[in-house]
This record gives sequence, C-alpha cells and structure tokens, in this order.
Amino acid sequence: MNHDIETTITVNGKPVTRRIAPRTHLIDFLRDELGLTGSHIGCEHGVCGACTIRLDDKIVRGCLTLAVQANGRRVDTIEGLSDSGELAAIQKAFHERNALQCGFCTPGMLMAAQDLLLHKPDATREEIREHISGNYCRCTGYQAIVDAIEIVLTQNRAGRKSQVTA
Amino acid sequence: MNARAELPLHAPGTTTDRGYIGKSEPRANAKRLLQGRGTYVDDMRFPRLAHAVFFRSPHAHAKLTRLDLSKAATQPGVIAAFDGRAVAEHCTPWVAVLGHLKGIKSPPQHAIAIGRACWQGEAVAVIVAETRVQAEDALALIEADWEELPVVTDMEAALAGKVLIHPELGDNICFSRELVTAGFNEAWSKADVVVEQTYEFGRHTGVTMEGRSILADYNVAEHSLTVYHSTQAPHMMQDIFSRHLNIPESNVRVICKDVGGSFGIKVHVYPDEMATAALSVMLRRPVKFVADRLESFLTDIHAREHKATVRLACTKEGEILAFDLEDLTAIGPYSVYPRTSGIEGNQVVNLTGGPYRHKQYRAKLNVVFTNKNVTCQYRAVGHPIAVALTEAIVDLAAQKIGMDPAEFRRRNIIPDDAYPYTAPSGIKFEKLSHQQTLEKLLTLMDYDTLRAEQVDLRRQGIHRGIGLAAMIEVTNPSPAFYGVGGARISAQDGATLRLDPAGMVYVTCSVTEQGQGTEGIFGQIAASVVGVSMDKVRVATGDTGTMPYGGGTWASRGAGIGGEAVLQAGKALRSNILDVAAAILNEDKAKLDIVNNEVTDKLSGASKLTLAELGRVAYFRPDTLPMKFQSELTVTRHYTPREYGFVFTNGIQASLVEVDTETGFVKLLKHWCVEDCGTVINPMLVDEQIRGGVVQGIGAALFEHCLYDEHGQLLNGNMADYLVPMSGEMPDIIVGHVETPTKTSELGAKGAGEAGTAGAPGAVMNAINDALAPFKAYVSNQPATPERILRALGKV
Amino acid sequence: MKAPAFAYARPASLGEVFTLLAQHGDGARLLAGGQSLLATLNLRLSAPDILIDITGLPGMAGITIEKDTLRIGALATHRELEHSHAISHHLPLLAQAVPHVAHIAIRNVGTFGGSIAMADPAAEYPAVCVALDAQFVIAGAKGERRVAAREFFKGMYETALRPGEVLVAGEFRIRPEGYRSAFIELARRHGDYAIVGLAAQANCSDGKYSDVSLAFLGAGGEPVLARATAAALEGKAFGADTIALAQAALAKELDPPADLYSSSATKLHLARVITGRALATLATLAAAT
Repeated sequence: MNHDIETTITVNGKPVTRRIAPRTHLIDFLRDELGLTGSHIGCEHGVCGACTIRLDDKIVRGCLTLAVQANGRRVDTIEGLSDSGELAAIQKAFHERNALQCGFCTPGMLMAAQDLLLHKPDATREEIREHISGNYCRCTGYQAIVDAIEIVLTQNRAGRKSQVTA
Repeated sequence: MNARAELPLHAPGTTTDRGYIGKSEPRANAKRLLQGRGTYVDDMRFPRLAHAVFFRSPHAHAKLTRLDLSKAATQPGVIAAFDGRAVAEHCTPWVAVLGHLKGIKSPPQHAIAIGRACWQGEAVAVIVAETRVQAEDALALIEADWEELPVVTDMEAALAGKVLIHPELGDNICFSRELVTAGFNEAWSKADVVVEQTYEFGRHTGVTMEGRSILADYNVAEHSLTVYHSTQAPHMMQDIFSRHLNIPESNVRVICKDVGGSFGIKVHVYPDEMATAALSVMLRRPVKFVADRLESFLTDIHAREHKATVRLACTKEGEILAFDLEDLTAIGPYSVYPRTSGIEGNQVVNLTGGPYRHKQYRAKLNVVFTNKNVTCQYRAVGHPIAVALTEAIVDLAAQKIGMDPAEFRRRNIIPDDAYPYTAPSGIKFEKLSHQQTLEKLLTLMDYDTLRAEQVDLRRQGIHRGIGLAAMIEVTNPSPAFYGVGGARISAQDGATLRLDPAGMVYVTCSVTEQGQGTEGIFGQIAASVVGVSMDKVRVATGDTGTMPYGGGTWASRGAGIGGEAVLQAGKALRSNILDVAAAILNEDKAKLDIVNNEVTDKLSGASKLTLAELGRVAYFRPDTLPMKFQSELTVTRHYTPREYGFVFTNGIQASLVEVDTETGFVKLLKHWCVEDCGTVINPMLVDEQIRGGVVQGIGAALFEHCLYDEHGQLLNGNMADYLVPMSGEMPDIIVGHVETPTKTSELGAKGAGEAGTAGAPGAVMNAINDALAPFKAYVSNQPATPERILRALGKV
Repeated sequence: MKAPAFAYARPASLGEVFTLLAQHGDGARLLAGGQSLLATLNLRLSAPDILIDITGLPGMAGITIEKDTLRIGALATHRELEHSHAISHHLPLLAQAVPHVAHIAIRNVGTFGGSIAMADPAAEYPAVCVALDAQFVIAGAKGERRVAAREFFKGMYETALRPGEVLVAGEFRIRPEGYRSAFIELARRHGDYAIVGLAAQANCSDGKYSDVSLAFLGAGGEPVLARATAAALEGKAFGADTIALAQAALAKELDPPADLYSSSATKLHLARVITGRALATLATLAAAT
C-alpha cells in the first residue's frame, strides 16, 4: 500500500516538492533524495546529535523528524548555512582551534554551537558545555569545541561593545 | 619553551629555521568537513548500488537448524538472499593466529557463519536489496530455527573449560603466556613490603561516530574490485580481499575518503564487510553495507575485559623490587583477523611496571574464548590495563609505607640518563624522560598546593582526590609487531612528492587520515623540507591505486614513520629541484637554496627563479636544458624503523576529582598530561589527540561497559544505555610537553595518538581511591559507577 | 535502522482524530513531538499502521492562567515550558524540572502531553504532576473527563488513558504563598534518564514542614508519592533530626526496582540522600525570604 504524501519543504531557502513515504525521516530525505549529505546519521534514536539540523529556526534531531512533518516548513542544513555565510565565524574558530577531527559530528555540533551563539550571547564556559551536551564527539574530548565557541562569544561581545561606544 | 630537536632540515649554510615543524597550522582538509562537504562512504552514489542487510543471530550460542530465505528473497526490491554456504563459495575463511604468539589458536571464521552462531549478533544470512529500507523489511520474513547451545560468558568458567565453545580445540584458551625473570624469587623473598590487589575491567568499545561502512564495486569485465572502505589500513585490506576473494592483488583497489573516526575499531577484518565484498563479486554490481548503531554495539570489536591480580614487592625505603602479574582476559569466540585477539593481553604482560627500574618480573596471561562479541585492538591496546594495574599497585605500596605517591614514583622511575634500557619484560627503550615529565607535571598542576587544599577541604567534608599515572607507550612499530608473525601487515611506509608545473608540491603517503591530522603534518613536513609555503602543498592519502605501499594508521605510527618517509622524499625532491635549477641557471647547485617558493642564492638570499617558472621550463621547455639532462620532479622514498622493535614514548597524567561520598558521583575537576613524543610537528594536533584520548580513557574509568547477561545477551547496546562521555561531565585538560627526539629517524618524531587513552583510566581510578582513602574504601573495578563507590564506602 | 511502513494523517480537529482512532484501534499511534515514538519506530520496537499527527489541533497548545489554575496544553513544547514566565513564577517546581529533560534539540520538539502519555518511569513531568496533584484533561469521542495525576499513572508506560482518548491539557494549582519547592535528579550525564529523582513541595511557613508532597521518579514503574514520609514530616521543624526521620520513613515505603547500573539498595540509598538534600533546600529557601 502506497502511503506517500505530497510534501513541500523549503530547504536552504528553496521550496522542494516530493511525494514522500511517511516513514522516511528528514535526514534520509535530505541525504538520499536531495543529495545533501552534510547531515549525518549516528544512531537514529535521537541521542548522538550527529543529525542536528534547523527546522523553522529551532535545532532538532533530523532522525526523529518525519520528512512529512516538515511540510510547509523551513529546513536549513549545514550546506545552506555555509553557503549563506551564517556559520562563517564559528567555522573559522573551529578550524583555527582544531575543534573537529574526523568531522562526522561537526555539522550537528555547529548547529548546536550556532544556536548558543544566537540565544545565549553571554554564556559561561559551563553553559557552553551544557548547550552542547547533547552532541556526542568521540575525537576531540570537547575542550577545543568549547574553546572555539568561547572565542566567538568573546568576539561577538567585543563587536557589540564597539557598536555601543561608536 | 620546549626543547627543540636539531633537525638538519635545511641545506647546510642556510639560515631558515625548522619551517613549519613545531607550528600549530590549522588543517587544510578540515575545511570541507566544516561545511558538510566531506565524503564518507555512505555519501557516495553509484549506478545500480545495492544495499546489504544482515540477518543476525539473536542467540549467543546456537545451532542454526533451519534457514528459509525464500519468502524474504521475493520481497519488493530484494535482489538476492544468501546464507553462509553461498558466500563461502566466493570468500574463503580465515584463521587469526600469528607465529610469534606461541601456541595461539582459533577456529576458522567465515564471512557469514555456517550452521552455528557463536555470539549474539553474528550474521548467518544476508539480504541484498535496492534500498536499505527494503532489505530491512525483507529481514522480517526470514524464517530460522535455532537449537540453543550452552553459553560461556564468565571468563573463569571459560578458563576452567567444563563447557567448550570449540570442542575441537580442546579448551577455551586462545593464547597463554608466562614469563619470569631469573632473579624473581630471590627478589621477592627480600621484600619488606608486599601489596596485592585484584582489579576488574569492564569490556567496552570504540563507538565511532561514523559506523563501519564499506562499498564494494566488482567489475566482472576486468576481474577487478574497487572498495570504498572506512578503514585505517587500505593496503592490508587490499591483500586480504585479494587472497580471500581470489582476485589478483593489483586488481584490488581500496580507497579511503573521509573516515568518521576509527580508534582501532576500523583496522580489523569484519566478516560482514568481507561478505559485502563477496556479494559485489557474486552480483556483479556495487554493494554497500553501513553498520547501524545497534549493529555497531553488537559487532564492532569490543576490548579490555580483564581480571588481573597484581602484586608489588618493595623495600621499606620504597624501592620496588618486583612486579607479579596474573591476567585473565575474555575475548569473543574467535580471534580477530589478521592481528589476533592475543595482542592486547600480550601488551599487558609487556608493559606492566614499564616506567620503573625494578629488575624482576613475573607474569602469567590467559586469553579465553567466550560467547560474547569478538574483541581486538582498540586505541592504546593493553596500555590502559597495564598502566592502571601498575599505577594502582604503586599507590597502594606508597600508602602502605606512608610515602607520598609522587615521591614514591620519583624514587623508582627509570632515570633519564639510564638509556638505552631493557625492561624486565624484554622491551627495549631508546631514550625516555620520566624524570623530566614527572617534575614538569607536578609543577604544571601545582601538586603541593592541591595536596594542601585537599587537607583543608576534607575538614569541611569535601573529598577531593589526586591520581597520578605514569606511562610508557608503544609507537613507531617495526615488523616486530605483526610482520614477524607472518602477517601481511606492512611496517614500512612510502611517500611520493611531486613538483607540479605551477610550482605546487603534491604529496601522497601510505599512512591514512581519520581526523587526527595526518595530512596536515605531512604538508608541514613537505613544505618545510622542500622550501615552499603551506598553501602550495596538497596532500592526499588513502588510495592503494595511486599511493606508495604501506601500513596505514595504527599503533601511533603516522607521524614517526609516514612523516619520515615524507621528509626523506622531500629532501630528495629538493635536491632534484636544485638540479633542474642549476641546469636552468647554469650555476653550481651548491650555491642555490629553495626558500618560500623560490630558488635563491644561498649566501645572499636573492631570488633567482620561482618554482612556477622552474616547473614551466622542466615540463614544457626541456628543449632549453642541457642535452643529457632529465628532470626528475617526482620522488618516492620509503621508511621502516629498524633499530628498535618499538620506539617507546613516555608521559604522565594526573586527575583531580571530587567524590560525593553520599551519592557515589564523581566530578572531574581537572586533568593533566605531560607527554614526550619526540619532535612535535604540530603542537595543536598533538594536544588535541591527547585530549580526545584522555576523554576516551575517562569513558572507560567511569562510564563505558558492554553489559552482558549470563545468556550472552548484550543489555545496553544503544546510545541511551551505553554511556559515552558527553561535554557536560568532562574536565578541561592541560597538556605539557617534553621533547626527546628519536635518533632512529631524521625527523625524530615518535607517536602520540594513544597516550591519552593509555593513562587516563589509571589516573582517574587512582584519584577516586585517593579521595576515598580516609574512609578506608577502595574501588578496584572499572567503570567506577556510583554503585561501586557506594559499595566501597559501605553505604550500600 | 529504518522504521517499518506506516500511513500518516494530520487531522484538523479532535473529531477526526477520534474517527481515525476508532477506525484503526491498536494500529494507530498519536504523534505529537515524536521524540520517543519515532525512536521506537526507528528501532523497530513497534509497527503501527498509522501515525495520527495531532500537532495541528487547535486549542491544545499554550500556557494560560485563570484565577489560581495554570493550564498547560498537551502540545506545549518543553522549550515553551522552559521559557514560560507563568511557569517560572507560579509553578517553580515544574520550571526546575524542565532543564533536565533530555537536550535542547529534543526539548524544542517534545511536548508536555507526550511526556505524560508516555509515562516513562524515569521521566520528570509525571513525578512533578503527582507531587503537585495536577489534573489531566482527557478528551474522547463522548466528551471530556479529568483524571488526577495521582490516579493517572498505572505502571511502566501505562496510564489511565483509554483507547480512543487524547490527553488535552494539564491543570495545576499555582503555588500558594509560603510553599517552597525543590527538584533533584541524579543522572550520570546531563540529560540522561534519571537514576532516581525527587519532586518536592511543601508549606514551609514558621520554620516547619506541612502539606508535604514528595514524588519520586525512577523509583518504581510509575511516580511514587511518598505519603507515609510526608505524613511523618507534617508539622516537624526544619533540622537534621527531621531529615533523619524522613529518611527512615522513606526506607519503609520505597522499594525501587534495580536498573542496568544500580541495584534496588543503591536506588533506595540515593532516594534517601536526595530527600535529605531536598528538605534542606526547602528550609534554606524558606529562610531566604
């Protein structure tokens, strides 16, 4: 029995319409149907965070989101947020601080990092650790990631200060 | 400021420094990963790509009395369904034994088990379908009848051997080893103090972010096989695919693009991966298998399940006279191919007591089969056990004679001027720096202040603990590790450097990259030696078709062995470039140098010719060069370590914890590691390897445990129940260095990738026990769960 | 692991939901945030015929206050609870519990109603609701009914919801003057399911505990309301003796099942420890104002 449902999702700013089987989760849809392989599958039960993407401005687990649930909504992936330049500062900080090694957790980690940068501009180091506590990384041991995020937070605060004083 | 090695990297007479050696250059190959533009195996698209899904035994030990694939085979999208016999016609079995592990034995293992499953999760059939989803749907229609067999899960029961897993072997012992030094009994009888303790270590596993992945593409017209494989050792796999699938070696090409974490998990032969390659041959189309997370927990190699009794004899002044070790370790029902599952225990025997200058040692090892998942080499192989045992019993000895643990170590570590040195287990050290690393650590952590604070806080009911763990680490292995045992595992590596027409240098090397920064450091070495800037270097690894032959990544060998090959090739390329320059400029080569992408006058530094111009002439206008002159702007050099079986490194770690004695929870306040890995090519990359390794070791000390019940069922094989370290609980880790370059190579680099994992479990366990000392409570089990700590405290 | 095939519907009214539920019976599952359901489907632990997505239903989101009742719509996400001024002000016990729920990406999508209906023994909200004696509003084809939280949770993953019913909201009495609350959860990693946890609230006026509610999570198949311990605390002054009394009483009424890592004895011990800490916290909070 074909349960496919016509679904329209705005992916990285462009509307995409497909007939999708309800059981297909958003990551499989992005990867297999749209070739957006930057979002990764690490566990498919919502724990590791490798699949973290942005759905209508909120970070979510792509593996725990049915593609059909994204109908009429906006999805932003690592490819889109890289192309738009939104992640440029945090990507540069990650690069310079070597806050990634194998890179598999990185797209999801960047989503969590950017979420913090947007919503907790005064986060302490402990708050940084808490914010990324749902993203598993096996390679780095997390410290470099925390450092990189802290660097951008500091840059952003300095930027705001100079805006105020200017 | 670290001691710098003396590297003759530049041509004599020049004034350049060591170029990029010692600089924390960010990795060029990380940029694509940051943008989601990496290429992992599961990212690749192929025409007619089929997907393999395995039917796995739900039982730990059972005969497969009936298997009916007929209904599954006709499901939508299913291309084929095979059992073990069908695959065995195309893929021969293997036996994981090596000649230098005397007496090691293991039964043959097939790509897909035939007639019997020996651990829960062992594959007994496979479905190949157009999509993974269709294959999984079809799995539900496989019919199988099982006759359960007795299950052996307890290691002591396995050793006792009342129930045999493989009756034809006569017992459940894969490998045994005993050693005793000549003066052991005498030394023991002279001891004033003897301490003894039994320790248990829970088996755990690597949990790489990217699951095991393989895509095999057999071309029947050419009888050739191309395998895209998330592996650490593509040449080793090339050899194995060739021999077991009966395809000529040079017709097999193994390609590693981006690999999402490995840590040793991906350096072994997995039956389901061999089956996938066989399926491609059988079906004559590309076939992919990606282990999902549940499969990973069931079938990725586990490691480090040990029960060991260690004893230490010393004088009342605190001089260690001897160590005595009895180690029992449980592996799965097969030794894993080709490196064997005897190596981990063998390392424990080799390395226990390592940093200390006692002369006497006795050790006994038994490695036994059980009906749990297979085990094999996982980051730091055996070191975490050896270091934890050594450092814990050292702390107990110090406590018994009333000496501070740092002072006890100070009195017993091998002095820095004692080298070369042969340890009682037979391992040979070229040159270590235990005294320097110990003192540097104590300064870095401000040991005395921490001890004073500990006393103050104890009065307030706050219980902090400080744990030290000195370590030695095996790196830069020669053929002594595997080759001498008959394994076709290369201990040498090659690097090819090529000057391209536009003046860039293209580097390929047989060592591989999984995120540690292999390609980054090779770029730094190449740029420094040739005389070009980093942006003019490109590095590629991981393709048996286009790279020199070599060993890949394991046992911390990339920097030391691959790096040396790059260095030598770089020197040779530099020389050849200067030959061309001399021919173009009609000058004496000895008067020329290469600095910052230009051929210069060695004395004045004046630029004479850009490399881009040199490239243009060499490649496109050789007619302008002397008649007999031929440019050789592609150079390959190989390197294998010769003088020592292994180039050991040394280091020492410290953990500062706070134990909540009411709940048994441990808070990790801070962690330190001072490491001597010889010449440090990129300090940032080395430090990050150490940090990542420390956190993996913390996982073993506090969190990670593959829990099996008495029926051999894995109880916690998912990410919610198996606890990996997450950011919220991890400490900041401070890293320091001492540099004692090895003289076995010009580069002087030793390995660094595993040191963090080697020492962290011992340091954390010692810290916990230090915190619990006022309560006379002691934890001798890893992971040190809240329950175990509460039990030790007598609260439960 | 890929989920088995199922159909999907996103009805616009409760009426449509009831029709679909009646039509499919056991083969239907309600989908709200899906953060638990979709994981079980990916793991092939269940194979429903149809998922009925209720996130489009009107009137089931939102957090509102009327007189002294705070109403949380079943579709309110954990994130909305976390950022709700009304909850942090009037239901601080719940506000304290929310940050313990999994991680941010899960909290952005998972719902209050989903957590209640799932009834995981180690989940936070069921224990909070039991502690606060909340009421659940349940809608069925025949109309609405209310069930007290203290009667709603029947066992592990088992509730008073009948086939064909949908949880619509939770209703709470806003915290009265003089009351203090404390939420303590012990988990080895941030965001994990608790080993054991406690939702505690009491009237802390005049240096004494009264009208004490202690509801434990991870101590049984469903939240355990420690009534005898609460009774033992009634009217007792703050202090170490009272804490010891409470811990002793607790040992008689709690019998937590073991889990993968902790024996029953360990869990009981931990429950006693956090009881002591919660009572101390309540006393400190009372003294602070």
